[in-house]
Amino acid sequence: MAEVVLEHIVKRYPNGFQAITDLNLSIEDGEFLVLVGPSGCGKSTALRMVAGLETITEGVLRIGDRVVNDVPPKDRDIAMVFQNYALYPHMSVFDNIAFALKLAKVPKDEIARRVQEAARVLELSPYLDRKPAQLSGGQRQRVAMGRAIVRQPAAFLMDEPLSNLDAKLRVQMRAEIARIQKNLGVTTLYVTHDQVEAMTMGDRVAVLSAGVLQQVDAPQTLYDRPANIFVGGFIGSPAMNLIESRVVELDGGLGVTIGSRTVRLPDAVLAQRPGLRAHAGQPIVLGIRPEDLEDALLAPAPDDQRLKATVTLVEALGSELVVHLSLDIRTVASGDPDALAAVGLEAAPGQGVMVARFNPRSQVRLADDVEVTVDTERLHFFDAATGQAIWQDATVTV
Amino acid sequence: MSAAAADIAGQPTTTSGRIVRFLTSWAGRITVFVVCVVWTVPTVGLLVSSFRPADEVRRTGWWTVLGDPDFTLQNYRDVLKSGPSGDMWTAFINSLTITVPAVVIPIAIAAFAAYAFAWMRFPGRQWLFIVVVGLLVVPLHLTLVPLLQAFTSGVDVFGVRVIPDLNLTGKYVSVWLAHTAFGLPLAVYLLYNYIGSLPRDIFEAARIDGADHFTIFWRLVLPLSVPALAAYAIFQFLWVWNDFLVATVFIGTSPDAAPMTVRLAQLVGSRGQDQHLLTAGAFLTMALPLVVFFSLQRYFVRGLLAGSVKG
Repeated sequence: MAEVVLEHIVKRYPNGFQAITDLNLSIEDGEFLVLVGPSGCGKSTALRMVAGLETITEGVLRIGDRVVNDVPPKDRDIAMVFQNYALYPHMSVFDNIAFALKLAKVPKDEIARRVQEAARVLELSPYLDRKPAQLSGGQRQRVAMGRAIVRQPAAFLMDEPLSNLDAKLRVQMRAEIARIQKNLGVTTLYVTHDQVEAMTMGDRVAVLSAGVLQQVDAPQTLYDRPANIFVGGFIGSPAMNLIESRVVELDGGLGVTIGSRTVRLPDAVLAQRPGLRAHAGQPIVLGIRPEDLEDALLAPAPDDQRLKATVTLVEALGSELVVHLSLDIRTVASGDPDALAAVGLEAAPGQGVMVARFNPRSQVRLADDVEVTVDTERLHFFDAATGQAIWQDATVTV
Repeated sequence: MSAAAADIAGQPTTTSGRIVRFLTSWAGRITVFVVCVVWTVPTVGLLVSSFRPADEVRRTGWWTVLGDPDFTLQNYRDVLKSGPSGDMWTAFINSLTITVPAVVIPIAIAAFAAYAFAWMRFPGRQWLFIVVVGLLVVPLHLTLVPLLQAFTSGVDVFGVRVIPDLNLTGKYVSVWLAHTAFGLPLAVYLLYNYIGSLPRDIFEAARIDGADHFTIFWRLVLPLSVPALAAYAIFQFLWVWNDFLVATVFIGTSPDAAPMTVRLAQLVGSRGQDQHLLTAGAFLTMALPLVVFFSLQRYFVRGLLAGSVKG
């Protein structure tokens, strides 16, 4: 058990490509920290540097009190769970779990005891004699976990351990891994591209984009107060609508434009984000989460909190309706390379598409012209030039 | 797979699809059957002749057994019995003595080398590998005289003694060394392809588990490479067992040391008329390779696919 600290970590490949830029991250003792980002953002590289499978170009990596930059993987006192489990196919489940202990020359009876204990925790006891090929995907995943926990390491490193499982099993294992980690209290660095895993499992979540750390915060904080456009657009599904807007003065108060319309900002928002006043008359990027849009028939609101739009797609999920709305806005890309560019394609020229989550009682149909209520208290504002969220007079940085 | 799928869907579109369709059609089956028969007829004739009495072999063709079956084991008894130039049984033991080390040694060396080429980082790796594999093009016959010279009187390079005079001629060590050297390039190449295609994650997991290169090789690479090792072992076994040239050059024709192939050739020389003995001797020579091939053939097929399909 130890804290893991990354200070000014840089990874540069011999061909000059910089995968990680000045990464500072501190994982506290016993904490479950999720490193999340789109594919190719460098999150796996960061994890592999902590594991010792990649060299560190610059910076200092500490596990516990030790600087481990040049310590080989086996001496770092870490255990890793791989995306495709990396089980030893010719060994039984018992031998797979016991491998590290055997190499460490732990006494035989001690090995047996610890493997049995790990198998019990993971409900693998009936399968100890089987080969990995005879196990289901979920069981293999648990063997990979077993191999990690049996060593009682200072830290767990997990590289997308659930991405090879089917959706249902993934949900189950998500809870199980989080439970095991809480019980053992081992410092854990967990890499995923799946923001649902990030939100549900992590004590804190670190968002990485193009090798640069964007924000580290508790999941709810990340969702409620994204530090910049990227985090806003990346966290949340369906993604936050990001549109070009402008702050305008409205007889004493402020408003923002959404296409050709202007909505008034409540005083509470202005009190929370005094920095908005400095942007009066200037372009900004406005973020609206889909759940903050509602069918106006179900949520009546004054005229200056409503939009007019055309429905271009309705997806009924039972618990909610995901509605694509076309109106005269211009959308902004968040910088997430995995985001679907297709959203913009549905719109007619001069129009943009917003995604909304309506109450399932809503009666909207395809091609309807509807009125939509905007929850103006929960809008997000980003500086158009820097992409940073607007809070204080100066923009908030990480 | 894709070919079979295309077959079910209707007209196959790929070349392999067309081949599969031809081979599974009736015309294809008949063709394959005819080819098999034509290819095996001489061997069957040999087998039948080896069991026929000597005077009948001289007078009539082997196919006459169909009308007049008359079999004996006398030919085998004669061949195994000690003669002026030794017996087949001693030759069989000699062949084994030559073949087993000549298979084991190159495999052991090649497995280590292949692992190093595939998974260890050292300067000149690429270059060394190309040199090793490039040795495949050296014709064996070109090396016989220099090798023999080295074995008998050592090697001097610019007046400096590199290999001392070990007087290895006629000793088994010389054939073992020669076969090892001739076999290594192919062995390294085949095993490199297989070992290099093992999933990287397993090695990384092992490194984190605390394994060094030697442990990884011993506990992971060797057990996982059994199909490739077996495939190469069969190759090398058949090649060394059937080898005549290398054995004649380095061992000579002394009945105490000569392998079966050499003994068989002597049989042709001394008793060229005695077809019945030749056939029996030939079958004794083939017996072990047949056993080896049939007992390991599943590895053979799997091993040849090494690299394309993960084992």
